[in-house]
Amino acid sequence: MRALIAALALLLPASAFAAALEGEAQRQPINWVAIAMFVAFVGLTLWITKAAAARTRTASDFYTAGGGITGFQNGLAMAGDYMSAASFLGISAQIFADGYDGLIYSTGFLVGWPILLFLMAERLRNLGRFTFADVASYRFAQPPVRSFAAVSTLLVVSFYLVAQMVGAGQLIKLLFGLPYAAAVVIVGGLMMLYVLFGGMRATTWVQIIKAVLLLGGASFMAVMVLAQAGFSLETLFARAVEVKTQAALATGVSADQALAQGRAIMAPGGFIKDPVSAISFGLALMLGTAGLPHILMRFFTVPDAKEARKSVLWATGWIGYFYILTFIIGFGAILLVGTNAAYLDGQGALRGGSNMAAIHLAHAIGGNAFLGFISAVAFATILAVVAGLTLSAASAVSHDLYATVLRHGQASSADELRVSRITTLALGALAVLLGLVFEKQNVAFMVSLAFALAASGNFPVLILSLLWSGCTTRGAAWGGTIGLLTAFVLTLLSPAVWTTTFALGDAPFPYSSAAIVSVPAGFLAIWLISLVDRSPRAAIDKAGYPAQRVRAETGIGAFTASDH
Amino acid sequence: MQDEQDRLAAAVAADPRYEALVARRSQLGWTLSAIIFIAFVGYLLLIAFHPALLAMPVGAGVTSLGIPLGLGLILLAIALTGVYVRQANRHHDAQMAAILRDHGA
Repeated sequence: MRALIAALALLLPASAFAAALEGEAQRQPINWVAIAMFVAFVGLTLWITKAAAARTRTASDFYTAGGGITGFQNGLAMAGDYMSAASFLGISAQIFADGYDGLIYSTGFLVGWPILLFLMAERLRNLGRFTFADVASYRFAQPPVRSFAAVSTLLVVSFYLVAQMVGAGQLIKLLFGLPYAAAVVIVGGLMMLYVLFGGMRATTWVQIIKAVLLLGGASFMAVMVLAQAGFSLETLFARAVEVKTQAALATGVSADQALAQGRAIMAPGGFIKDPVSAISFGLALMLGTAGLPHILMRFFTVPDAKEARKSVLWATGWIGYFYILTFIIGFGAILLVGTNAAYLDGQGALRGGSNMAAIHLAHAIGGNAFLGFISAVAFATILAVVAGLTLSAASAVSHDLYATVLRHGQASSADELRVSRITTLALGALAVLLGLVFEKQNVAFMVSLAFALAASGNFPVLILSLLWSGCTTRGAAWGGTIGLLTAFVLTLLSPAVWTTTFALGDAPFPYSSAAIVSVPAGFLAIWLISLVDRSPRAAIDKAGYPAQRVRAETGIGAFTASDH
Repeated sequence: MQDEQDRLAAAVAADPRYEALVARRSQLGWTLSAIIFIAFVGYLLLIAFHPALLAMPVGAGVTSLGIPLGLGLILLAIALTGVYVRQANRHHDAQMAAILRDHGA
């Protein structure tokens, strides 16, 4: 029993942050306001898709919207790509339940962005054209490094996508009262329409609109919450502590204990029992952010390195602001939802499941209309994230595998475009299928797996190919693969998969995230393999470094909007 | 066009001002990365080993030290990206443009 509790405690970081993606999702009565608002959103985005379709003629339009997105727009789109429904509903729900711990996730999700800017953003834009593989393979033999990058992209995107699809199905069942299967098919179908016809242009605008709606809705909620507390955080916290203390008293504990339980929401609690898991999970979030293919791809939509830089500043600002809002919203829910019997079932738990805190808060603040608005925003949020994921996977197949590896760069733009569209269709169908298959499965580990894979494969390959002259084709392709495999295998052996998903007993790898082993493994493998690589190709790779470096640093020869 | 780019790249790479600029810029990038990395890992270590410290109230009220630290980390991430972008906009871009101009870009 004790071992089981310990295993559950280890799991917490991985599972709780994806909490919005699982758990009891009771079907709700059909919410017509929410559906009307959502139909309005879909109408607007489909109209944009139609306009974008008329301008999506070449591969460059499809992959990068012709390279004409501004830094400000791209920053918003990146934020729209990154702020998931899980972080909005999951983190605010966690703050509602445990207080402080939710803030720890928020910081983990944010700290990768500055590193992405300081080490990679400008160099990526200067060397790349459509995908991060353009950069990773710049001075190397194309087939091995491209194949690695494409496989890695497909893996990262697939796990991320399945988690999003399952989450979408549960969430929509919950918010709109639609059956799970219908919800998954609607999400899959809309995402295919956006990507298939509108490519990056439509995807970007879906992400921008979603970001504006989500930031606007969350700002309104946070301001209303703060108004309740006289715009004083101390008052907000004090009242939340009071609510928690009263709740503890009602369970019959002594006054001292109740006060301690109330105060507990001001301090880290169940989040971390084990320092190794904490650091490992933190590493995966921080370095994984700088290796997510759908985020990296957005750097090629801006005209130059300066705009790439600006995109990250805007993205970091919006995402950081959003996490501060969720923090306030979570505490607001303690005050306004936790004390209102209308939102609780007989046992004092939230109606509709533990992730409903922010949704009930929306109702407490703005009635049915605002509840409908926030529900529609949550749906839109999922659409924006899955569209970005699908686009990056389609590009990996058509640009990296088909055009470069298979056709040796001889494919025409029209051929490439055709292959990306076929891939989009296939991926959309696959995502719907997997979403249906995994309905009852615990998929919480998939998001942390996606981050661990990105941190252990893509991140070391990009950093070493950009910054280390000694890196060779073999080192990048095989070393990156070793990083990926280590992350993958250790995740399978970790408690979230071994114990929780497959019920195989105590996990052989006891930590909640593989990153603390797999990230060093990736770096070390690339370094060692490059070091012992004496092939003729290795000499070419090393000789190519100075030319790559001067282009990465100056932007000489960078693809510009007119080349597109 | 390709030849012209190669010539320009070679000329810029041979310019000592270019080396100095790249070294300065990369030093800034690594320093700022180290700051955010150490701040975040330090925060996690505090949570793991000294949660009581984070639970300590900062004033007479209930607000704990963990709140300004956590929110401060979010603000630090935004502030550091701002510092980098400002340096690049104010200094690095102009210096690089001048070097490129001198070599006929």
